[in-house]
Amino acid sequence: MLARTAENLFWLARYVERADFTARIIDVTSRLAALPQSYRGAGGEWESALAAVGALNAFNASFSETTESNVVHFLAFDETNPSSIHNCLEQARTNARTIRTALTAEMWQAINSGWLELKSFEERRRTGEYSGIESILPFLEFVKSVSLDFDGAAYRTMLRNDAYWFNRVGLYVERADNTARLMDVKYNVLLPKSETVGGSLDYFQWTSILRAVSAQTAYHWVYRESVKPWLIADLLILRKEMPRSLIYCYDNLARFLDHLGKAYGMQATSQRHTRMVLRRLENATMEEIFQEGLHEFVTKFIDDNNRLGGIIAEQYLLI
Amino acid sequence: MSKTRFFDEMNGYGDEPRALYARVAEWLLRTPPEVLATRRAQAELMFRRVGITFAVYGGNDDTERLIPFDIIPRIVGHREWSKLEEGLIQRVTALNVFLSDIYGAREILKAGILPPDIIYKNPYFRPEMSGRRVPHDVWVHIAGIDLVRTGEGEFFVLEDNARTPSGVSYMLENREVMMRLMPDLFSSYRIAPVDNYADALLAALRSVTPATARGEPTVALLTPGQYNSAYYEHSFLADRLGIELVEGNDLFVKDEIVYMKTTEGPKRVDVLYRRVDDEWLDPLAFRPDSALGVPGLMNAYQAGNITITNAVGTGVSDDKAIYSYMPEIVRFYTGEEAKLSNVQTWRCREPDAYKYVREHLDELVVKEVNGSGGYGMLVGPHASRADIDEFARKLDYDPANYIAQPTLALSTCPAFIDDAVVPRHVDLRPFILTGSEGSRVVPGGLTRVAMREGSLVVNSSQGGGTKDTWVIEDTNLDSKGA
Amino acid sequence: MRIRIRHISTYSYASPARSVMQVLRLTPRNHEGQHVINWRIEVDANCLLKRSEDAFGNIVHTFSANGPLMELTVSAEGEVETFDTSGFVRNTVERFPPGLYLRESPLAIADDALCDYAATISGDSPLEKMHNLLDTLHEKLEFDTDPTHLVTNASEAFAAKKAVAQDFAHIFIACARDQNVPARYVSGHILTTESGETRQSAHAWAEAYIRDYGWIGFDPAYGICPQETHVRVACALDYLGAAPVRGAQTGGSGEALDVRISVTDSQNQ
Repeated sequence: MLARTAENLFWLARYVERADFTARIIDVTSRLAALPQSYRGAGGEWESALAAVGALNAFNASFSETTESNVVHFLAFDETNPSSIHNCLEQARTNARTIRTALTAEMWQAINSGWLELKSFEERRRTGEYSGIESILPFLEFVKSVSLDFDGAAYRTMLRNDAYWFNRVGLYVERADNTARLMDVKYNVLLPKSETVGGSLDYFQWTSILRAVSAQTAYHWVYRESVKPWLIADLLILRKEMPRSLIYCYDNLARFLDHLGKAYGMQATSQRHTRMVLRRLENATMEEIFQEGLHEFVTKFIDDNNRLGGIIAEQYLLI
Repeated sequence: MSKTRFFDEMNGYGDEPRALYARVAEWLLRTPPEVLATRRAQAELMFRRVGITFAVYGGNDDTERLIPFDIIPRIVGHREWSKLEEGLIQRVTALNVFLSDIYGAREILKAGILPPDIIYKNPYFRPEMSGRRVPHDVWVHIAGIDLVRTGEGEFFVLEDNARTPSGVSYMLENREVMMRLMPDLFSSYRIAPVDNYADALLAALRSVTPATARGEPTVALLTPGQYNSAYYEHSFLADRLGIELVEGNDLFVKDEIVYMKTTEGPKRVDVLYRRVDDEWLDPLAFRPDSALGVPGLMNAYQAGNITITNAVGTGVSDDKAIYSYMPEIVRFYTGEEAKLSNVQTWRCREPDAYKYVREHLDELVVKEVNGSGGYGMLVGPHASRADIDEFARKLDYDPANYIAQPTLALSTCPAFIDDAVVPRHVDLRPFILTGSEGSRVVPGGLTRVAMREGSLVVNSSQGGGTKDTWVIEDTNLDSKGA
Repeated sequence: MRIRIRHISTYSYASPARSVMQVLRLTPRNHEGQHVINWRIEVDANCLLKRSEDAFGNIVHTFSANGPLMELTVSAEGEVETFDTSGFVRNTVERFPPGLYLRESPLAIADDALCDYAATISGDSPLEKMHNLLDTLHEKLEFDTDPTHLVTNASEAFAAKKAVAQDFAHIFIACARDQNVPARYVSGHILTTESGETRQSAHAWAEAYIRDYGWIGFDPAYGICPQETHVRVACALDYLGAAPVRGAQTGGSGEALDVRISVTDSQNQ
């Protein structure tokens, strides 16, 4: 396959996943921010939202005030923010258009109609039909549905060959990054001591994390007990049955990269690196992670995951 | 103004349908306009869904739009088609020998058939190709020759397209849509298939592999990218041919071999079906600012390690100034008279012709020698006094840059416009494929239709539409029909 | 006269280049006015240096070198014996009839100002006209010897009233073609009186085809016809076709180019 095609498939999946994650972050943050002060702890929800999507610096460069409407605009629609939902969907569509023939009709349709719908949302916003946080909710639902459509189309219609594998690799690299960032921003409320210190004050912070990854119900199925911060960390890092956990992402990365290695008859740095990260996750326990420091663990993971992106590019995409 | 009587594809000069069209006429009679409108809407939906769009130059906002599709087919009988086919193949054969000669021994100039400056000063002549041979001596692998009909059995060549002719995706998609929308009408005729075009094209491309290629030839389609107006066609063809759709950046040259960058490492490319114009192909040989091309491509080409289709420099053969010499060119190289006629053409470079054109601007169609897409032309009978005067100034400034032709009585064909069936002018672009084993024409082509009443401009960039073109067996008609 | 030429180009990159490809027109050929005694091209990277001939008959060397490259040096060096032919250029390799050199080429298109100017050139014969063009151009425009100034096109340089040697050649060519005299661009070297001086760019001039005489050289930057001080390297429609180096690279940034050309009289030094 053309290196550029692989690169586009990889990034296409990343952009769609990122749009979805950003939508979820806006969603849970607006819920949290709507709570009375006494329920939500120290405040600064919108700052953490920006931090979670890695856009804090970019935001501060263009806005002086961190108000809800500024942040929502920046994360959802701002064309100057390279990771805004607008830009993610726009980029995804551009990537898809460049490699039309490598996509199935269903995938193209999911992306293209998502893009058209985005245009019409934005048009309605311009005419003032939509404004305020209330009106943003249908938009966020729409963004999530685009990623569901696209992902479903890819899963149900693509041939299981290198095109599919590159697409999945992009998806899981992005998802692992998102989950890790979410934890990195919230790590202080996930530390074991915070239960005694903060008490129920952090309860809504915890549930908002679960909500961000659609895992409130999953949590109860897995643990069958009330929400405890270290169990949330466990769920998001070490539980293979949780589709957004770091270990699940790496389990899949290892599998899809293996497929690529076999198909091309060569295992190289990306396969080795992935297995190394996976092994570390498989051998880890929550006790050890907390002992070493959750923040340190997550930061290292983010670095390793970024490095994987670079290694994949080096091995397959830039020649 | 007296009304010119145009030949109509369905009714000829009379009011009775020609035998070929009997069933279409019958179908039109019994199908109410609402049903036709529904069919048209369904067709449009099908085109939208596959994403068959066309970007329009200068369009600023929504630059992706559909080319209008008309649901009434254009029909050519097999006997007539066979004659056209012979003429087309003869013409393309002559074009290929002409190019070998122009870039080789230049016999035609020595024989005094063409004035040398028409070649040497031609912007599409590529001095870089001089003295070069191309693999299998094929230059024009894909030609699109625009034909117009003016009467029963009277076809003329309006224009040769020997660079990167487009439109074949419409020929294929139009057929697809018609078969799905009107299976009954479709099956009432025996229509020659066109869907083997992709196979025929691939076979032609593979047949011209350079001698240095090893094993199975690798063919790739080079596109300027998704912002090009014909990008849809590029991706459509790459898909149908099962070849990679590459951009300049996907390719590189190392020691005079062209490679594409794949996830498995460099892969040699043997045949490049390029849809990028000559001057953008290689920044080291042509425009240094080209980001669409591949540095070193021309070196690889000259070393004989890659076949570029169509060859570099074919533009000199489809230029309108050369066009007027086509009868002589065909005669010179084939020793035969041209089987397809040219439209009478005045070359304004010649003083007598210039004088005549200058005095008859309001009757003639005047075209820029190197213009395309219907731009830079004057349609005398439809132009205002002011337009004519302005054009006259341009003509006086550089007469050699213009040719003139009579306004042709282009045939009409019934089209469903708004909510009525009305006659509209049409032309026909068949596609001729040439490989190492000779030329062939897929029976059919792209019928372009001027959607506005009375208009003679069929170019899609100026609002023209398309129709499916059916080449049908007359024999089957005789037995089944009247 | 025996002339020794060293033409050394050194490219350095702030971040390494992944690959570099170049097309070189650095090798002179023989004609009546010059005989190449010896000539050598060297590239200091591992690569295949392919020699070929372009459509105009120039000798071309092509290479593609794989990186990472921090620095790359291309050198052309040799000795040429020259003879004064009073500007006549005979026994050159000719692949096209003179008529080809009436073609428009992107860098030598005459705009209205240049056409107007060309129309003012007096002379009873094309030859006289070309000589007058040579003289008046030399007076009219300032010769810009700053090697960092890039080649522009004929119209721009003419409007700026200041021209590097390449621009002078383009302006001459544009005017000649406008007057229906076939003309072409020549890149090469010139030995000047400041011997031992190192130049940073090659020289360029023009040739015009005069019926009954053939090709004749005109060096408008110096206002003379080429003499035994001139070494002719390549010719084409304009700079782009005869450029000493055309290159492309992938990766690498912050490219810096240092060109050193020395032209010396190897008998009398």
